[in-house]
Amino acid sequence: MATATATPPDQTAPAPKKTKVPERSFGERWGDKKGWARRVPLLPALAFIVIMTQLPFVATILVSFTNWNANYPDEIKFGTLQNFVTVFTDAGLRQSVFFTILLTVTVVLVSLAFGLGIALLLNRNFIGRGAVRTMMIAPFLVVPVAAALLWKHAMYNPEYGLFNGLLTQVFGASAPQPDWITDFPRLAIMGELIWQWTPFMTLILLAGLQSRPGDVMEAAQVDGANAWQTFANMTMPHMRRYLELAGLLGTIYIIQQFDSVFTLTAGAYGTANLPYTIYQTLYNAQDYGLASAQGVIVVIGTIIIATFALRTVSSLFEEGN
Amino acid sequence: MRLTSKLVAAVGLSTVLAATAACSGAGGAGGVGGGGGGASDNSINVLMVNNPQMLALQKHIGEFTKQSGITVNFTVKPENDMRNQAAQEFANQSGQFDVATLSNFEVPIYSKNGWLTPLDDIPAYKADTTFDQADIFPSMTKSLTGPDGKLYGEPFYGESSFLMYRKDIAEKVGVKFNETPTWDEVAAAAAKMDGAESGMKGICLRGLPGWGEVFAPLTTVVNTFGGTWFDKDWNAQVNAQPFKDATTFYTDLVKAHGEAGAAQAGFAECLTATTQSKTAMWYDATSAAGSLEAPDSPVKGKMGYVQAPVKETKASGWLYAWSWMIEKKSTKADNAWKFISWASGKDYENLVGQQDGWATVPAGKRESTYANADYIKAAGAFAEPTKTAIESADPTNPGVQPRPTVGIQFVDIPEFTDFATKISQDISGVIAGKTTVDEALDNGQKLAQAAGDKYKGK
Repeated sequence: MATATATPPDQTAPAPKKTKVPERSFGERWGDKKGWARRVPLLPALAFIVIMTQLPFVATILVSFTNWNANYPDEIKFGTLQNFVTVFTDAGLRQSVFFTILLTVTVVLVSLAFGLGIALLLNRNFIGRGAVRTMMIAPFLVVPVAAALLWKHAMYNPEYGLFNGLLTQVFGASAPQPDWITDFPRLAIMGELIWQWTPFMTLILLAGLQSRPGDVMEAAQVDGANAWQTFANMTMPHMRRYLELAGLLGTIYIIQQFDSVFTLTAGAYGTANLPYTIYQTLYNAQDYGLASAQGVIVVIGTIIIATFALRTVSSLFEEGN
Repeated sequence: MRLTSKLVAAVGLSTVLAATAACSGAGGAGGVGGGGGGASDNSINVLMVNNPQMLALQKHIGEFTKQSGITVNFTVKPENDMRNQAAQEFANQSGQFDVATLSNFEVPIYSKNGWLTPLDDIPAYKADTTFDQADIFPSMTKSLTGPDGKLYGEPFYGESSFLMYRKDIAEKVGVKFNETPTWDEVAAAAAKMDGAESGMKGICLRGLPGWGEVFAPLTTVVNTFGGTWFDKDWNAQVNAQPFKDATTFYTDLVKAHGEAGAAQAGFAECLTATTQSKTAMWYDATSAAGSLEAPDSPVKGKMGYVQAPVKETKASGWLYAWSWMIEKKSTKADNAWKFISWASGKDYENLVGQQDGWATVPAGKRESTYANADYIKAAGAFAEPTKTAIESADPTNPGVQPRPTVGIQFVDIPEFTDFATKISQDISGVIAGKTTVDEALDNGQKLAQAAGDKYKGK
């Protein structure tokens, strides 16, 4: 662990060892007027964040220790661990944890791969590049639930969907007509999400590509490096942090994905992910206590994952690059 | 770790926290409410399901506003979502809606928890001379009366279930139906009718997950096959042989001769498939007939209607009434009643009859509807079978054994919505070829028994 330093980072070549600023005690820092002059304007924002995000979470934690089913308003009692016992012994929930991980990892990795490919293509000069770029971003701008509906009906529907229509066009009347959502429920959800998230990845990666130092690329050309060498040795190391950032943001969003599961399969065929499972506990079973316990467990799980992920990504913010 | 990365981690962490806390906080992802924010006091908010009859009501609402000066804000949703929101709304008494489309399923549960306004407590109801409560079918009034003997709702339309089939196709393949066919006859007919026209399947049966979707028709099949959810002592019978036989029969039939995309087909999808000649038969709600016989329906006049198919019981049709109920918290009970009185009244039936066609009238609730010459002329094909089905449905004794509680196509306990929905996902999975009947029902037995244990000895 490097020591914390409040001095602005050195902008010149990275020095292997920084001169140490003597540590100040907490009391010294607390009484530092200059420090407070910096902090006070930020306090309203901090208070707002705490009130808007942390207090509801504290309330959720309290509810998770409560026996509270809305169908039995007379039996609400605080002080039970039963909800957590149920969470850990519930096979359905284990399955939804597994599917959430599978869904998130698959969608993020595939979208990143597609996004990188498309970003590399869009990074070239060609006529109509602006129009193509705008069209590429379009899927990300579609409201998630509308995108899911579009896929459910316009793409996957066995009777009038685009996919089966294409099969008929290509292979004639005897073409196989799979019932996409029920035959491949997990792939159906993943396909729709990959379509939605690829543009997001493309955007971030394209920004990364455009910020490649031109002199270095030129030097590589002058030195006679071929396209693959340039890509492997120049572009990829430079792109690493952009890939990490896109991956992290994508992960945070896709873990919470609700619309696709809700719209395409309604959680059937083993496609209930964590947000959908919590929704069902809350709305179908009306069990507020259990839903809160599930929510608390999800938050703890997400924090663990996010901590590791952030540690990796924090290399983004390291000075000296 | 340097300070900067610490900061980033903190910011990132609180973002994650905020996001996850937001999605875990009780209250969750509700729909946008109808909230008549800032509207005059002379408005009411109504939450309703998106069935054709309700959408027609929304179209005609100007008529009511003209008469009464009351504006009505509608929030309209598909059945599963509407139910979830209504449950949330009434349990918390949020006061966001004055009236919702609930049913005979909710009455015993909601009234016991004190979530509904008894109609007798409303001055406007007592003063209403035109509504004519005696005209409502007694079976409907009874099923909307709580355990305390008070009336809590009025039906908008009542329904049972029956078999709808294409007369022309039946003739073509040489199939004849008795007034009450057996399921074996129907299965044989489905095999014959399958492919009678290009792209036409034999029968449409719901496969969409949801306790009110696939389990509505399936539970009636279970009843008539001699099965039940619970015996009279709350022992679950979900993996008992009759329940298994019924489920196997149903899923095999729909897999062999059912509609395309069966595992995702609910009421709306089957309605589309039938009007577009994609299926020759359809076993579902009697209220569907109004849409099939509507003036603009391509299959108008081509349909025949017979009673719900049976095996071991005399009748197997369900009993259901989409009904208006008033939230206890509502401060506008008088206006809410005026709206209900208009929507479930005789004049509204006449209005729909004259403007949209008599076949589409929200029927199945009033004796007078079936004495109306105009209605009988237009709805002749299904009016009598509908009335017969509703009258022969007995929620207190729908099967071959005594039951612990009322309900034909459901078990009237609050837990039913949850465990039946969970099991229905596996049933849908059976239709999709993802799992087996045994697996689905063994798992279902555990879920149902957990709920049944709460009631044992009560």
